[in-house]
Amino acid sequence: MKAFISCKVLDFPGGKVVFSPEMRFLSESPSVYSQCYRVLDDNGQLISHSNFVPVSEEVAVKMYSNMVTLQTLDTIFYEAQRQGRISFYVTSIGEEAINIASAAALTSDDIVFPQYREPGVLLWRGFTLQEFANQCFGNKADYGKGRQMPIHYGSNKLNYFTVASTIATQIPHAVGAAYSLKMDKKDACAVTYFGDGGTSEGDFHAAMNFAAVTESPVIFICRNNGWAISTPTSDQFRSDGIAVRGQAYGVRSIRVDGNDALAMYSAVHSARQMAVNEHRPILIEAVTYRVGHHSTSDDSTKYRPANEIEWWRMARDPVTRFRMWIEINGWWGSEAESQLRSSIRSQLLHAIQIAERAEKPPVNDLFTDVYDYIPSNLREQEKLLKETINRHPKDYPADVPI
Amino acid sequence: MAATFHGVRATVAALSSSSSPSNSFGCKRLISSPSRSFSVRKRASFTVVRSDGSVNFDLNSKGRRAQQLIANAVATKADSSPASSSSKPGHELLLFEALREGLEEEMERDPRVCVMGEDIGHYGGSYKVTKGLATKFGDLRVLDTPIAENSFTGMGIGAAMTGLRPVVEGMNMGFLLLAFNQISNNCGMLHYTSGGQFTIPIVIRGPGGVGRQLGAEHSQRLESYLQSIPGIQMVACSTPYNAKGLMKAAIRSENPVILLEHVLLYNLKERIPDEDYICNLEEAEMVRPGEHVTILTYSRMRYHVMQAAKTLVNKGYDPEVIDIRSLKPFDLYTIGNSVKKTHRVLIVEECMRTGGIGASLTAAITENFNDYLDAPIMCLSSQDVPTPYAGTLEEWTIVQPAQIVTAVEQLCQ
Repeated sequence: MKAFISCKVLDFPGGKVVFSPEMRFLSESPSVYSQCYRVLDDNGQLISHSNFVPVSEEVAVKMYSNMVTLQTLDTIFYEAQRQGRISFYVTSIGEEAINIASAAALTSDDIVFPQYREPGVLLWRGFTLQEFANQCFGNKADYGKGRQMPIHYGSNKLNYFTVASTIATQIPHAVGAAYSLKMDKKDACAVTYFGDGGTSEGDFHAAMNFAAVTESPVIFICRNNGWAISTPTSDQFRSDGIAVRGQAYGVRSIRVDGNDALAMYSAVHSARQMAVNEHRPILIEAVTYRVGHHSTSDDSTKYRPANEIEWWRMARDPVTRFRMWIEINGWWGSEAESQLRSSIRSQLLHAIQIAERAEKPPVNDLFTDVYDYIPSNLREQEKLLKETINRHPKDYPADVPI
Repeated sequence: MAATFHGVRATVAALSSSSSPSNSFGCKRLISSPSRSFSVRKRASFTVVRSDGSVNFDLNSKGRRAQQLIANAVATKADSSPASSSSKPGHELLLFEALREGLEEEMERDPRVCVMGEDIGHYGGSYKVTKGLATKFGDLRVLDTPIAENSFTGMGIGAAMTGLRPVVEGMNMGFLLLAFNQISNNCGMLHYTSGGQFTIPIVIRGPGGVGRQLGAEHSQRLESYLQSIPGIQMVACSTPYNAKGLMKAAIRSENPVILLEHVLLYNLKERIPDEDYICNLEEAEMVRPGEHVTILTYSRMRYHVMQAAKTLVNKGYDPEVIDIRSLKPFDLYTIGNSVKKTHRVLIVEECMRTGGIGASLTAAITENFNDYLDAPIMCLSSQDVPTPYAGTLEEWTIVQPAQIVTAVEQLCQ
């Protein structure tokens, strides 16, 4: 009774605060880790009493084909880099479900701000294998005009913003875009992806804060894959993952099994509805594992056990898991499987051949698009470069048109 | 050369004997303002500082002659000199009001223009540039941001890429050092790396430069660091006329533009035209034509130069003063014509000596106009020290009119 009487409320600027004479610190970690939403078990079977957004056979099969395509695309391009045919590559092996299922739950009007491990979103939206190859080879057909490293895709047509190498800089961009969409009253949201490492950047913090304060329709999807190059999450942060941080900013959040395509689809679908209809940001933490190396410049066996990698590659493969589910539903079979895989593989090899032989962008493209119109100083520099090339033609690559 | 020099000197001597030096120029002159004491309004925790009695602002108090002679360097149709002050009266306002007027007009003209920054909404901005805008256009178009410069600049970039035309205000340019990542890696770069698919028509503006005892961290001159970034344009305003003109031009530009203002120039008063006008972003401004020496300057140093010019004229020199205004790219057309005429160059800047605007400008002039120079280019800049707090020390870290006079005398020997 005494405790009741002493419970009073104080009127601080932030709001009414209940105070108590008992000194109690909030624990740094919850007694139980925040739970994870999952719908399919490891064998692709629906967990009982699960609630999820249903997908039609057509959508499910499309999702699966895209996941297989992404997996094959990654494998082949990685090999191409190893053979010296492209200079660099980043795989998304192990994160196919996050890539494709999230893309499937969005509409084509939703603006995507990727980090660099989300080519599956572009793939879902219709970026062709040839277009992927063109960017990786930096040839004349590349929309980026050969100016960026491989995997730095971008397509304004498909509302997928050009990848920048900087970490987490895209997160505030997404909030700005969401703010723009809100001002224009569009039926669309902004979506941004980043890894567990990206959440340590200041931009993540401020963007989350802004999104909450400005009530912007933006979905933050964190691919918590356990590793930021060689830094494990235990060295990255001490919070219980990412989803719990949402509440700190006033952002609704959920933790999802990132390797469960069905759960990912449901979560992103619901998130989108809330974002657009209620004008609020949503944070989704997709827990997964980075099966591949950070990039082709990395050998992850140097900092993690090879058997751990193998286990996740085989036993926890999201593609296999989803395949089992669609097969249970009678929507897929082994024949369809082998047909799909061989078809994708040959298409890819063909695309690579064409991309490799295609002409490189001309030297002019070194100077255009710095500004809207080429200023005089750049024209001068271009002239100087061309004169130099003419004087020393042997020192310049023969396949770059002047 | 010597003969011409003496000839010009004679002319100058004759002219200077007339009642007031201003009559001899024969160019348009706007009605100058009466004496006005200059106050700098700082954030709540600082005290208001008044600068009356300071030697630096004698020029202002006597009535600044801001000639609007626009050298037609890079010709643009939009660049029109204001109607002569006799036919249209125009209206008088302070520089910060001119900025606001430009911003307001652009916001009315184009619903995509929005402003974001700290305390710019209902507080009206620390220098009152956005005063009244939030009430007029709403909280969404005049957005108060939390304190995260890199992130709200990033937000502005994201909004610009999706069709808005944001104006990002740094409360002080020095704070935008935190936004350097977004400005350099994304703002300047994304139009290029995306193959031209995404444009970033953003304006990043704010006050910088050395103020009145604001301390080292609030006395940054960012133009030195930003000048290297490919993909951005940089302009520095110095009068209410060009402040409004440059603000409007920057907002209308498809490229990212950084508009540098100066903390001590916000209360400059001038009569500006009533009609719509913009200033060309790539053009320099001819402040005072002359024959003996080209003095290149920008922002606040323009006023120190003009004050030195008075002394110089009394001593028989005829300096040509050009406010370069466009820091990236340089208006080498106007500058070049001037160098070809006078053959002597003095650069007066407020940024530090090492890696400053003057350093780049010296290189550019030497490369392009070396044959026309009769003497090595002189550059007066601030020393390579953090700005001291003590008033007397602070005063001596920036270039003073007396130094400018000495430099011209040396140059013209």
